[in-house]
Amino acid sequence: MADVYMPHDEAQLADLVRSANAGKYPIEICGFRSKRAAGRPLKPSAVVSAMRLTGITLYEPGELVISAKAGTAVHEIEAALARRNQELAFEPPDYSRIYGQEVLAASLGAIVAMNLSGPRRILRGAARDHLLGVRAINGEGTAIKSGGRVMKNVTGVDLVRGLSGSWGTLAIFTELTFKVLPRAPESRSIIFLGLADEAAVGVMSAAMGTPYEISGTVHLHGPLADRLNSGDLGPANTAITALRLEGVPESLAYRAEKLRRELAPFGETYEIDHQRSRDFWAAVRSLAFLSAEFDRPLWRITTAPSKAALIVRALSPFFEVNAAYEWSGGLLWLELPPSSDASATEVRRVLAEFEADSMLMRAPAPVRESIEVFHPLSFSKMKLIRALKAAFDPAGVLNPGRMYAGV
Amino acid sequence: MSLIPMAASDAAIIGRRNAIISGLSKATSHGTLITDESGLRTFETDALTAYRATPLAAVLPKSTAEVSRILKFCSENGVKVVARGAGTSLSGGALPAMDAVVIGLSRMNRILSIDYLDRTATVEAGITNLAISQAVSKEKFFYAPDPSSQLACTIGGNIAMNSGGAHCLKYGVTANNVLKLTMVLMNGEVIEIGGDYLDPQGYDLLGLAIGSEGQFGIVTEVTVRILRKAEGARPLLIGFDTAESAGACVAAIIADGLIPVAIEFMDKEAIRVCEDFAKAGYPSGVEAMLIIEVEGSPAEIGDQIDRLKEIASRFDPKTIRISSSEEEAAAIWKGRKSAFGAVGRLSDYYCMDGVIPLGKLASVLKQIGEVAAEHKLRVLNIFHAGDGNLHPLILYNANNEREKIAAEMCGAEVLKLCVDAGGCLTGEHGVGIEKRDLMRYQYSDADLIQQMRVKSAFDPQWLLNGGKVFPLDLQAKFAAVA
Repeated sequence: MADVYMPHDEAQLADLVRSANAGKYPIEICGFRSKRAAGRPLKPSAVVSAMRLTGITLYEPGELVISAKAGTAVHEIEAALARRNQELAFEPPDYSRIYGQEVLAASLGAIVAMNLSGPRRILRGAARDHLLGVRAINGEGTAIKSGGRVMKNVTGVDLVRGLSGSWGTLAIFTELTFKVLPRAPESRSIIFLGLADEAAVGVMSAAMGTPYEISGTVHLHGPLADRLNSGDLGPANTAITALRLEGVPESLAYRAEKLRRELAPFGETYEIDHQRSRDFWAAVRSLAFLSAEFDRPLWRITTAPSKAALIVRALSPFFEVNAAYEWSGGLLWLELPPSSDASATEVRRVLAEFEADSMLMRAPAPVRESIEVFHPLSFSKMKLIRALKAAFDPAGVLNPGRMYAGV
Repeated sequence: MSLIPMAASDAAIIGRRNAIISGLSKATSHGTLITDESGLRTFETDALTAYRATPLAAVLPKSTAEVSRILKFCSENGVKVVARGAGTSLSGGALPAMDAVVIGLSRMNRILSIDYLDRTATVEAGITNLAISQAVSKEKFFYAPDPSSQLACTIGGNIAMNSGGAHCLKYGVTANNVLKLTMVLMNGEVIEIGGDYLDPQGYDLLGLAIGSEGQFGIVTEVTVRILRKAEGARPLLIGFDTAESAGACVAAIIADGLIPVAIEFMDKEAIRVCEDFAKAGYPSGVEAMLIIEVEGSPAEIGDQIDRLKEIASRFDPKTIRISSSEEEAAAIWKGRKSAFGAVGRLSDYYCMDGVIPLGKLASVLKQIGEVAAEHKLRVLNIFHAGDGNLHPLILYNANNEREKIAAEMCGAEVLKLCVDAGGCLTGEHGVGIEKRDLMRYQYSDADLIQQMRVKSAFDPQWLLNGGKVFPLDLQAKFAAVA
């Protein structure tokens, strides 16, 4: 077992990284370790956790800005924001369930490291779009900052976005600053039952093409829908397609009516509102529609919405595909039967015919060791990725190999 | 003006001009290479007109393959390159150098595809910002970022500077609205960054490339998100007795949980200049005015306007005018968007772009007035108040050497005020040459060296848009150890 270090401040953290850099030994970077089973398995000499770097360092509700240490739990931030009727509008999702974790929460740093966004991403943007500033320690143990606390900032190279989605392989976040937004007072959802995938993507895309500001869309195959349906949403094993509207009550009533009228050609609809609508989307956000069985491979695919149903159809002859479509089809979750390679051969062969990004989000460690977990990149792009890694972490000590071999 | 020093030109490269031109002519298609003095004059400067340099040559390629051939040739011959869209940069981002070749993207201006179901448009980088919105307007869609220069500026230039605009309070800036780039690296390699989809897992190359000020590669094709227009939009004008009241009103609106599409601020002089130019019906006799735009159905607009009026009433507004027609709304925006042009008819000006936390609006405005007075200069304030992005316009006479120097010194002090208030040097215009040597006021050398190492990952030879963004002495130091 590698030693686990939990530095109390940025200086201690920087010291740890400087030692690793000098000794050229690999360290694993984590928050609460809720997503340890994601990405390629690591063989670190030491584990460095940011879980003691906690606390809100600045919150100005009138300026829509909050800063916190990177190890702060997302739920702690959300509770503070909720007291002032505000929120992180990208709806940071909770992946604990899909990795079989019961209570562990995500840290802010992990959300940014993976650039994870929930259902509202399609209306309000991704995690990285709400990130205003970062402080971090690079692979040499040097403290760096980028961005700040103001809403617009193009001063220099955008390392704020550049570090998002880098899975702890470029730098370790110590403090993050986000833009926050007012929380809508009401939620209301329009539900379709039993739509085929093509029709469901059609409904979701048509809805996004209206002026009614849809703040979430999801289409779930029957077996996945059942996990959110305690019988009140429709019959068992029936696909559910849901569209969410948020806002003040008068505006919601107006938009829901207009939307239902425009989407009438797609089929019958009904509405859920208030707490039932909130609960439904909270379940979507925590991926409660996915199986918690750890050996069931789970793929995350992003694509143009119009290609999503075609991808699922192209894969269906090979094995049973349980699919969930978020972001009007732009985010596809595929739950596949267990196999020695998580069906990577078929998935990647089919995807080669479409423009799409694939990531094996969950699989047993031996599978993640033997196949490419992240979408394979072109030679030119891989060269650039390696050059960026060297620009931040020349000795290759931060999470080496978590994303790609040798990076 | 000559306060900002230029990077030294490489005499050896200039001495090889004929050979370089001959090589370029082999790499380019017929009619794309410009080498004569009068032809090159067009490329001497951008919208920071006080600085000029005649480049070695200019090339106006028509395809990604041609850009690739040109860059490969320049890379192999150690020739510097400056990419250019429409040349509207206010920070000198497109300023050439005597030892550099300008690559203008203006002939790559086609719309390649539009997909209303997936809500994307793919275009060539030289198309103007407004042309994208115009192309999708008949289906009631639009491309959201709307810099004031949108009639002229190109999407490629917007990507270089991560441009914003009045409506980005609600819809975000360029980085929030671009999905994919085709980029030619300095060695001629063509890479695709992002895709026609959201959020691929992995390094955010898109995020790094957008706002990289032409330092990482040359973007030739772009896929942007297009959005469905709101049912309706209506601006209202609120006039105040003091700039402090207007600033406090903006903070109160945001704090109340209302996010309008745009909140624009103009001070007394700016109101007068813009009213003379656009006849927009701006109020006279007030010290400051807000243009606030709300969107939605007629009922939704009505509700939001009622809320705005209630909030504004706490700050003793002198006038409140709600536009009652499309024409009136268009005139209100015409006045705002032509503001820089209107001021330019009266005087030379130096346009600042600092950003501050909203709560500091009133105090920073007051300090800006004091700084300008110390330099015996007039300053007009026209800016995006909702996100704290200030655009003080410092007026000066370009024929008066004292005023020219005073204007630049005043500008630097104003930007330092913004950083001191917790803000930043530039919100949407970019660093260019203009703010290059102020970078240390906002960032430590360690921060800047990290940024420079990222630049090296994309452009190891440092041939792209040199002498900008990073302080010159730090660039020299970096080159010495790299």
